[in-house]
Amino acid sequence: MSKYLLKRFLISILTIWILITIVFFLVRLLPGDPFISDKVTPEIAKNMLKYYGLDKPMHEQYIVFMKNLLRGDLGYSLRYKGRTVNQIVIDAFPRSADLGIRALIFAVIAGLMLGIIAALNQNKNWDKLSMLIAILGISVPSFIVGALLQYFFAVKLGWLPAAQWKGFAYTIMPSFALGLGTLALVARLMRASMLEVVNQDYIKTAKAKGLNQAQITWKYQIRNAILPVVTVLGPTVAYLTTGTFVVEQIFAIPGLGRHYVISIQNLDYSLTLGLTIFFGSFLVLMNFVVDIVYGIVDPRIRL
Amino acid sequence: MEITSSKFKHIGINSETNQTIVRPSITYWQDAWRRLRSNKAAIFSLILIAIFTLFAFVGPTMTEYDYKTNDYLSINQFPSSEHWFGTDELGRDLWERVWEGAKVSLFIGLMAALVQTTLGIIFGGIAGLFGGKVDMIIMRIVDILIAIPYMIVVIMIMVIMGSGIVPIIIALTITGWVDMARLVRGQILQLKNQEFILAARTLGASSGRLLFKHLLPNSLGVIIINLTMSIPRAIFSEAFLSFIGIGIKPPMTSWGQLANIGARAMRIAPYQLLIPGIFISLTMLALNILGDGLRDCLDPRLRK
Repeated sequence: MSKYLLKRFLISILTIWILITIVFFLVRLLPGDPFISDKVTPEIAKNMLKYYGLDKPMHEQYIVFMKNLLRGDLGYSLRYKGRTVNQIVIDAFPRSADLGIRALIFAVIAGLMLGIIAALNQNKNWDKLSMLIAILGISVPSFIVGALLQYFFAVKLGWLPAAQWKGFAYTIMPSFALGLGTLALVARLMRASMLEVVNQDYIKTAKAKGLNQAQITWKYQIRNAILPVVTVLGPTVAYLTTGTFVVEQIFAIPGLGRHYVISIQNLDYSLTLGLTIFFGSFLVLMNFVVDIVYGIVDPRIRL
Repeated sequence: MEITSSKFKHIGINSETNQTIVRPSITYWQDAWRRLRSNKAAIFSLILIAIFTLFAFVGPTMTEYDYKTNDYLSINQFPSSEHWFGTDELGRDLWERVWEGAKVSLFIGLMAALVQTTLGIIFGGIAGLFGGKVDMIIMRIVDILIAIPYMIVVIMIMVIMGSGIVPIIIALTITGWVDMARLVRGQILQLKNQEFILAARTLGASSGRLLFKHLLPNSLGVIIINLTMSIPRAIFSEAFLSFIGIGIKPPMTSWGQLANIGARAMRIAPYQLLIPGIFISLTMLALNILGDGLRDCLDPRLRK
């Protein structure tokens, strides 16, 4: 187990380093110049480049960047005057995490319920309905769901606020739009996993002991079936909590995803780079953590 | 009651007929088709995709308008007998644009999936067949690519290469081939040690012949399932990129871009979002259902 963990940890670190290096050079290949505009004279632009150290050769920039990074410093944003990337991440991450956790809770609870209902009524109408909802959730892109929700519940009916992030009512639609895909995934997995468990010997034993169906379902079936669902939650947790680009864009939520898209459009090199590193490291780390958790939950896969 | 030998009759052995098989033998693909045919939802999906593809070519010729001519006298018109799907903010006919967009979206979906699959087969095949160092190097690359959040890479590549069909396909392919490579490698490792491969080796078959004549044809079912599943993924990614404004640029169009424009005009003209939204969703739905259906009929593990 510890050898496996060490190996996974080293691969995670290597992955993060490669990601940082690739993105560092990719960002500098972006067409355009961050400081060129009508108001800025060439001299000022030159001074700005010098101020941010962008006039140095690329490998020097890389070394400086990596040194700073090891101290946890992601540098200054090129567009937001005087703000560091660290500050922006610290400001935006809690919002994205908040949205992500809400979406996750909704997706897991509703997804598990749908999956369980479907499995208990295999091939009956409830099953078909649940699976229809699930496949719709996988098929309809989140930006369509988000925009349609906005249209019906905010513009047409006026029940919910259309955008921004100021209170509970503001969180409902974004969480739903963000969580729907995960909900569908969880529901399908849970159904398949429940159906597999149903024919296991220990279920027969439980029946033979004379336990009633509710107890069997709750104590034996669901508990054992939930395990495979845990595996997919790892990448999903990271994906949801770092916020997706589109949902934050549609609902004008100033989270990480929105900053990311805008930073690319603004040619804000250091912000793009910093956010990519944050996103990437977070995702890689999450996968690592889930591997460990899974090993604890299911001793059979421990290596 | 006593059983006497008089109750039995000797009928002899007919050496001509005792070897004949009563039921007609059917191949793997015939069997798969028979299963698929009985899955109504999958067949319906197949027909729907065929219709969309057909209309992507025929649709634009059915009206007098074209997809890029602005008409400022008739902007944001609701669907009518004049403009079947209405017009957009520049007065362009949406029926035309939806089918032009279909062409682009479906093409990107299909091409990205095909290129990904080909690369995946090549790298996965090499890794699985040769093993050892080659395998290790390829699989480490795969591990790293899988760990990197794919949307980040796709967005970066799109921004660097600029918008357009080819950059999208390249961006999707760079990150997309790894799943297929993993799958093909797994399949080949499973098949490699079976007797028919040993037989082929003994007969002196080259690695290339082993791969293309024996290993890949036996993995074809799994490959096809994954190919079908990667088409909706590619269509979704294209729609997503165009939706955040770095995919397909006007006057060219795609479903994602139409949805993007539609989302902006949502308050005054909701149909502009609804129509492309329905087309994206229906296509994804149909492809996902078809993929599920193909999995049921091509994956031998599900056979009873």
